[in-house]
Amino acid sequence: MAADEKVPVTEVSEAFPFPERSRLLEGVRAYGLIMAMWVRSTMAYRASFAMTLFGDFAVTAFDFATILLMFTHVDALGGYTLPEIALLYGLSATAFGLCDLLLGSMDRVGRRVRDGTLDTLLVRPVPVLAQVAADRFALRRLGRITQGLLVLGYALVSLDIAWTPLKVLMLPMMVVSGAAIFGAIFVAGAAFQFVAQDASEVQNSFTYGGTTLLQYPPTIFAKDLVRGVTFVVPLAFVSWLPALYVLDREYPVDLPQWVAFLPPLVAVACWALAGLAWRTGLRAYRSTGS
Amino acid sequence: MGDGTGTGTGTGVGTATDMSPATGAGGDGFITLDGVEKVFQVRRRTGLLRRERREVRAVDGISFRVARGEMVGYIGPNGAGKSTTIKMLTGILTPSGGRLRVAGIDPSRERTRLAHRIGVVFGQRTTLWWDLPLRDSYRLMHRMYRIPDRRYRENLDRCVELLDLAELLEVPVRQLSLGQRMRGDIAAALLHDPEVLYLDEPTIGLDVISKAKVRQFLKELNTERGTTVLLTTHDLTDIEQLCNRVMVIDHGRLMYDGSLEGLHEVGESERMLVVDLESELPPIVLESEGAGGGPALRAVKVEGPRQWLAFPAAASAAPLVARIAADYPLVDLSVREPDIEAVIARMYESAP
Repeated sequence: MAADEKVPVTEVSEAFPFPERSRLLEGVRAYGLIMAMWVRSTMAYRASFAMTLFGDFAVTAFDFATILLMFTHVDALGGYTLPEIALLYGLSATAFGLCDLLLGSMDRVGRRVRDGTLDTLLVRPVPVLAQVAADRFALRRLGRITQGLLVLGYALVSLDIAWTPLKVLMLPMMVVSGAAIFGAIFVAGAAFQFVAQDASEVQNSFTYGGTTLLQYPPTIFAKDLVRGVTFVVPLAFVSWLPALYVLDREYPVDLPQWVAFLPPLVAVACWALAGLAWRTGLRAYRSTGS
Repeated sequence: MGDGTGTGTGTGVGTATDMSPATGAGGDGFITLDGVEKVFQVRRRTGLLRRERREVRAVDGISFRVARGEMVGYIGPNGAGKSTTIKMLTGILTPSGGRLRVAGIDPSRERTRLAHRIGVVFGQRTTLWWDLPLRDSYRLMHRMYRIPDRRYRENLDRCVELLDLAELLEVPVRQLSLGQRMRGDIAAALLHDPEVLYLDEPTIGLDVISKAKVRQFLKELNTERGTTVLLTTHDLTDIEQLCNRVMVIDHGRLMYDGSLEGLHEVGESERMLVVDLESELPPIVLESEGAGGGPALRAVKVEGPRQWLAFPAAASAAPLVARIAADYPLVDLSVREPDIEAVIARMYESAP
């Protein structure tokens, strides 16, 4: 009987080549297919790839060099020592780098709308979001992650922390949730480009600007700004809130300690909103065509 | 020289002449449009802060049916609503009103399901991967559309043979000529066995040989596989060589739907007699031989000893030539077939 059942299964898939599949899984699969094409495209120009990989690494490394330079004149910045700031920096840079690697070209949606190439994505049988997310997938962005991980490594080696299992677990949680929060901002920003096609800079101010902000301790910023990135655009959940728990530091805005464990939930909420924004944006495009 | 051009069978606006081979549609067509509309809100900046909102009816109540296996040309000037119609048929755009079905599917609601059953070629936007060999783009289609391996190989082999792609499969797309790339794009759109193929300007920018190859292929695709083909074009030779049926759209409305011959009749098309005289002379004037009077032809252009003379497409050229030869020092002449472009241009002008 069991052997009998096996045969019809393949037949069914022959007869009905387009069964309903999970949109999420289809999207991830399509992302993988397109990503592989971009990686192969990149490898058509190996020398150029090697140079840009190094370039991305070097350019982002300058950020940390700036901080090192400051510490040649001061011992602490906003009450934080160099290894502590390195932890903030490393977490934020790694999370952002991961997101940038996976979704880095989403800000091209506006250009695709303008030159009409978005239409070629809409006639394919896979989710548009996956196609846009994988667009121009660039391995050279590993340079940014490498740099972030190096700084993070330095911080973990030089910091004197009373490690608990919870604190250890928080490190990967922070990187993944942080990347997801940044990712939601990328998606929401891309959705906004359906309405305003030249708005990629607005998005960049939140993403690239955000990661720079998070590389410094919250104590050096005005309280209103800190509240803004906690409650409005929840960037504080990327690194500040959970990292301050790891460092046993007080959060400048009065908040209970358990908020340090919220990043995964915040990430899910952000994605729900971003997904809604994306659907709305795509629907607006399909009704206006511009 | 086409004597048949005057005996058109076209029936004018609103009548869909079904010329499909065998598979004529009963009731609903394979592609069905009922009063389909698309209205855009255009905002324009008129002052520093003032903005003017304007409604543009890109498609203004179009209805037609296309049977399975038909090959239809869809023509109209820029901005007439051609692309907008195609975008609604492929599910890219949502119609503002009316009813639209392709293979029983509402394109805007079930875009991804429809995508498996249609092929789309945008003449000016390649879907091929610039830096990769042509074959890689096809592999992506294979996996993205989940085409069964055997069918993929069969379809690819057929396309490669008919579109002459064998030499090009391992060449990066960026090194292909425009014509080669177009052939590559058409193949990419057909690997998943679509029942209908939309082509937006498939021959734009191609040289004569590439155009001929593309047309030949589309013809074979249509007759052998029964694929329904809907193409927009500015090159009316495409229509003449491929389509039994032509639809003319202007200002979002269907101006004509019928055979190409009928279009000549409706558009009062003219043939052109080009004569070379011995010397530069004033424009030739010939009165009608029949009772009604009026000139039998009119001089359209005079350039030195050469003159361009237009006469109704239905009239015979022989008596006119004889009379010109009798009255004028004729050196050489040629007859040009009705310029369908001019026919259509006149149709647009006469539109309300």
